[in-house]
Amino acid sequence: MGLDFTVVPPFAGALLTGALWTIAITVSGAVLSFFGGIVFAVIALYAPLVVRLPFRLFAWLFMGTPLLLQLFLIYFGLIQIGVDLPAFVAGVIGLGLHFAVYNSDIIQAGIRAVDIGQYEGARTLGLSRLQTLRKVVVPQAIRSVVPPIGNNMIALLKDSALVSVIGVAELTLSSQMAISRTFRPFEFYVAAAACYYVINLGLEAGLRRIERRIQIAR
Amino acid sequence: MIRVFPFFLEAAWVTIQLAVLSGAMGLACGALGAAARLSRSPALRFAGAAYVSVIRGTPALIQVFILYFGGPQVGIQLDAFEAGVLALGFNIGAYMTETMRGAIISVDRGQTEAARTLGLSRFETFRSVTLPQALRLMIRPLGVNINALIKGTALVAAISVVELTYTAQRYIGSTYKPFEMFLLAGVLYMAIIYVTGLGVNWLDRRAALR
Repeated sequence: MGLDFTVVPPFAGALLTGALWTIAITVSGAVLSFFGGIVFAVIALYAPLVVRLPFRLFAWLFMGTPLLLQLFLIYFGLIQIGVDLPAFVAGVIGLGLHFAVYNSDIIQAGIRAVDIGQYEGARTLGLSRLQTLRKVVVPQAIRSVVPPIGNNMIALLKDSALVSVIGVAELTLSSQMAISRTFRPFEFYVAAAACYYVINLGLEAGLRRIERRIQIAR
Repeated sequence: MIRVFPFFLEAAWVTIQLAVLSGAMGLACGALGAAARLSRSPALRFAGAAYVSVIRGTPALIQVFILYFGGPQVGIQLDAFEAGVLALGFNIGAYMTETMRGAIISVDRGQTEAARTLGLSRFETFRSVTLPQALRLMIRPLGVNINALIKGTALVAAISVVELTYTAQRYIGSTYKPFEMFLLAGVLYMAIIYVTGLGVNWLDRRAALR
């Protein structure tokens, strides 16, 4: 059986819809992982011990185990204890939490790198602890950690393919559906890979623009 | 939990085999890739850059699927385990290419210049001056790649290789104890990663002493 890429165009619409879902999952997951990462970083650095210790255990578990396993836990596991999340929501939560833990590590390093004098100065000027974190420390920390967080978002885009396994009809699952009708796995998986590659290029270009803007603002 | 434990241990052994074989393949691909990216031939440099860009620009899961499901269409018949090892190794090799290249180019240029001035050939300079220093620099970042690879082996659950994640999923379905099964698989993953980390630390210390 030779290769015949003319089988792909009739399914272009389905693949495009899948690609849009992939972008939707990636953007939602990235937003969740970004803000989740900030919250986790603040917890890890400033929360009282009773909060920090369980959090450390959670972070350790999420960094030490595969994302696919976490998706199975969130989707199939929560159903068994009566929490029936739609696959899309479960996928976004899984991707978001997984990468939030990684982002949190990076943001913690960024916060530690902010000069302690900034914190002291803001507190002396009468800002509360929370205000100091929100208005002075975190904004400066974020700026220095944009490039590594961008790398995590690129990783998140590629790992979004994993949510096909729990039944989200994104790019990977759309190509699988086309394959089940045409029996042409090679052509459709290559087409899907090409779509991912293009989305990836777009994401990289966007991240570079953000990095440049932040550098100018500095 | 005690009843399913032996099955998890067996699955962990499959995960270890996947990681070791694809890790070895990744190191080989990484070395070849880095050599290509740093070579004097523009064609080889382009091939190396294309390898890194395409593999790092697309999901590993799709790469596994292309090899396993698409392979037969182009005359490559592999069982799930073989396809998993090859796809994972080829994938992590692209990341290792960049790790190795990074370590090699971060060796001070003055070292190369001095060695060349002293009359060593390009090859001799690389073998006895640049490489020993670069190897030392790449141990830790390669350890990070291997760590990602160990977690990445979970992907081949999607082509039904009976490794840890596949086993955990199966028992999540049949025992109605999702968190216990997750913890059991998680502990085994972390044990594998921990032992690997000890090995990387040992190598790093040994390399630093010399």
